[in-house]
Formats: sequence, structure tokens, C-alpha cells
Amino acid sequence: MNAVQSMNPLVQARDVHKSFDELEVLKGIDLDIMPGEVVVILGPSGSGKSTLLRCINHLEAINKGFIAVDGQQIGYRLRNGQLEKLSANGIARQRRNIGMVFQQFNLYPHMTVLQNIIEAPVGIHGESRQEATQNALKLLERVGLSEKAASYPRQLSGGQQQRVAIARALAIKPKLMLFDEPTSALDPELVGEVLATMRDLAKQGLTMIVVTHEIGFAREAADRVVFMDGGKIVEMGAPEDVIGNPQHPRTKAFLSRFL
Amino acid sequence: MSGLHLTSASPAGDAPFRDVATAHAPFRLGRLILWVAIVLVAVDFAWIVAHNENFGWPVVAAYFFNPTVISGLYVSLGLTVVAMALGTVLGLGLAIARMSKDRLATSFAALFIWFFRGTPLLVQLIFWYNLSTLFPQLSIAIPFGPTLASWDTNSVITPMTAAIVGLALNEAAYMAEIIRGGLLSVDRGQTETAEAFGMTRARALWRIIIPQAMRSIVPPTGNQLISMIKATSLVSVIAMADLLYSVQSIYNRTFEIIPMLLVAVIWYLLITSILNVGQSYIEAYYGRSDRRTGTAEKPVLAGAAVQEASH
Repeated sequence: MNAVQSMNPLVQARDVHKSFDELEVLKGIDLDIMPGEVVVILGPSGSGKSTLLRCINHLEAINKGFIAVDGQQIGYRLRNGQLEKLSANGIARQRRNIGMVFQQFNLYPHMTVLQNIIEAPVGIHGESRQEATQNALKLLERVGLSEKAASYPRQLSGGQQQRVAIARALAIKPKLMLFDEPTSALDPELVGEVLATMRDLAKQGLTMIVVTHEIGFAREAADRVVFMDGGKIVEMGAPEDVIGNPQHPRTKAFLSRFL
Repeated sequence: MSGLHLTSASPAGDAPFRDVATAHAPFRLGRLILWVAIVLVAVDFAWIVAHNENFGWPVVAAYFFNPTVISGLYVSLGLTVVAMALGTVLGLGLAIARMSKDRLATSFAALFIWFFRGTPLLVQLIFWYNLSTLFPQLSIAIPFGPTLASWDTNSVITPMTAAIVGLALNEAAYMAEIIRGGLLSVDRGQTETAEAFGMTRARALWRIIIPQAMRSIVPPTGNQLISMIKATSLVSVIAMADLLYSVQSIYNRTFEIIPMLLVAVIWYLLITSILNVGQSYIEAYYGRSDRRTGTAEKPVLAGAAVQEASH
């Protein structure tokens, strides 16, 4: 499947800087992600990994540098050779092929599971309700929650909610999926079901960027592991290298806590 | 399942097993005496009211469906509905303007709310009614430029339009704050999710934020609606024939002041009672996602799931 797609990077980040007031959270990130690649970003809290993820779909605007997804510079457009900030609705259009899964699930609590999933396909991508519903039921089957279509989010466990959130993100047929600590808000016994679903997606060639603390998932599912610390990428490479044989002292110190 | 729990739940070897299912509430004499005393006082009060001739109950009955009273009632209800609808729509616009990042919009909304909340409604109504003394002509014109259209103020501002404009603008100021409070009560993550999925601002507001905000908007709006029904009685000062004005016009003739006011009071109470019932239905509708029993699950399982999901 990878061979069919273009060999241009799907995500390009160059010298990305991001500050919140005085605090510089990202201090020059360079990262290319190829189509079909599964990249897991590891790092201690406050290392800037979630911020980087949120910059990729412009939930946070970067202060310096360049981020492009699928050849489009996110949040900006070129007009008469000048870079111009896009309007909110212009940015919304650019985000339509990027799926996102949040730490707190963020399902729409006033909608049933099925309504949650078809909201974007019907409302934004112009699919017919029937087509979207059929697709949604297939996705629910894939995440193992077929019988929950008519339930409200509050009636589901955390793990079930997160699987619905994954189905919802898949329903827009994304080119890129962003996972922002998808298992951090879950009880330990519910983490497994969500990771299993994500492992499944990784095998099917979806381009995924996953911010997580699950070292096991990184080892098994990632094509590449990125280790961040203090707003910089400290180490990057195949999981067996970065996790199995870390070079940088910060990576070693971080990973030693999980052994 | 329960048998298993019962045996294992008993602490080691002391208290004998007594199932709480067999427990009963103790009889409380004090409560009974209190009940009897309060019922007695209430019945006595009702008897006094019913037998006091000054209340003029036969007069109340005779005028209750009087055509003048009924047409006044229609005016009050019509004013309430129109002013409330306009006020809510305008209030929504003001709330969104006030929450926007645009300085012009925020300042305008803040100024509007400051003015209309800061002056008495009665004064505002009289002002609108007497607008012609301030501006004899109303015109649509380019600022400092030519006039495009012009009307005589007295022909535009009738008691009816003065009442609608006065009530609606005042209501808009209050509704703006209620709606803003509701919008603020929705989790930030919801806006963010809608954004991440590429929804436009308007769509996110309409599909995601407002339906969730309704839960905290409805109760104070119910309050406002009830206040509004009563506030319509203020328009009697600008010669608008609402419910209060109608009963006044009758007792000015018959001098049956108390009975006629009772007619109005009972009508106001009836309307507000109906509104209360309506409000509880609306609240149930917007709270439907909160019900614990799932459509596809047994109640016990759903209850457990809710607990899990809530931390």
C-alpha cells in the first residue's frame, strides 16, 4: 500500500518554534513523516510533544518555522507571493482530512454514538446520511462496539468512549490521524482495548502520529519513535534502536522508569 | 450475584446477618403533628379567603372570561412571545459578539448590555413611547449624507411598537448574559474537537456548542419568560391594552378593584404554571443524554459504566 502512494512526505515540519507567553515549548523541531508511517512521540511531561501534535493541525499556531500537511501549509496561504494568515473557515477546510483523537475523548455528549460518528461526514464532507450511517456501522464493528450505536457517550466506559472517538475520526477517511495521549485518561484495565484498536489501524497502513506514554505500543506498532525533551527532538529512529538501545542520556533516564 | 456479595460482605465473625431489604422507616409522631397543624392553618386560611365578601368571588367569576379581559390577555401573551423571541435572537447575537475576539463587536455588545440593564424598563418604555419628542422624523440616511427614506415618528412608534421595541431590547441585554453564561459552561474541548474536525465556527456553534449550552440556558430563560409576562403589565403606562390595563379599565368603571385585580392575578398564575410545565419538558429534552439507562444496555451495567466514565 505504501508503494502506491507518493513518496513526498505527508507531514513536513521545519524549524518549528512555539511559545506560550514567555515559555518556549518548542525550540526548533524538524520532522518529516511519510505516507503510511506510524510515528510514536515519547517524552516526559512538558517536553512539548502534545503541543507539537496540536501544531500539526493548527489547533495551536506556531511562532516561527513551517508545517505542511499533504503539501499544504497549515493555517496560511500564498497570495501574490506573500504568506497570508487564513481565516478560521479557511483553516477549517484544511483540517478536513486530518483525524484527531483526544486524551479526554471529547465525544459530543448530546449525540448518540452513531450521531457522533456521522456528524462530520454528513455535515462537512457532504456524504448522504444513509451512506455515512452504513460506514459508521462498519467502523463500529471494527472497533467492536456495534451494539452501542444508539447509546449516549455517558453510558459508555472510558475505553468504549475512546474507541468510538477513534471510529469518529476514521469516519472522515483521514489521510493523517493524530492521537493525543489516547490512553492517559483511562483506567489501566481499559488501556488494552484502545491500544489493540490502534495497533489494528497501524497494520492497515494509516498514517498515524501518536503521542503516548505506552512504551509497549511504541515498540510493537511504531515504524519510528521520536523522543522529545525540553522542546527538542533528542533522539529518533526505529523502535528497536531508540527503545532497545537508547543513545542519549535523557532517553535512557526516561526509559529506565518503564523497565 | 447478590448472594455472593452478601456472604462476602459480612465482616469477620461479629454482627449477625440482617438483610437491609427487611428494614422499615420508624414512625415519627412529631412529623405527623406538624402536618396536621399546617394543614389546619392552610384550610382555615382558605376558608377565610373564600368567605370574605371583600374578595368579591362572584365578581371574579363574572369577569373572568369578559371579552375585554380576554383581549387584554391576548395582548399580554402576544407581547411576551414577540418580545421574548426578538430578545432571544438579539441576545444570542450579542452573546456571540461579546465572546468574539473582535474588539469592535465586544465593545458594542458590552455597551448595549451596560445601557439596557442599567436603566429601568419602565423608563425605557416611556422613552420609546415619547421618541417623537426627541426625533420627530425617523430616516434612513448615509451618515452626514443624503437621506434615503423618512417617516413621521408618530406613525412608526405606536404603543404597540414602543412596547415591543422596549421589551425586546431590554430582554436582549439580559438574554445575552444568560446565553453567554451557557456558552461558557460548555467544555473547551468541545469547541476544539469541532475545530479539529474542520467545522466552521457557525456550524460548531449551532451543532455542538448551543445544544450543550441549552442545559444551563433553559432554567434562567424560564425565569426571564415569567418576568417578561409580568413586565408586560408595565406597558399599561403607555396606554397599551394588556391584561392589567384591561382590568384597570373595568374597575375604573365599576370600582370593583380587588376582584378585578384577582382576575388578573389568577390569569398570570395560570400562564406561569403552564410555562413551568413546558420548561420541565424542555429541560428533560436537553437532559436526555444524561439519563443513566442506555437504550442498548441493562440499567445496572449502564450505572457501572457511568461511574467508570466519570473520572
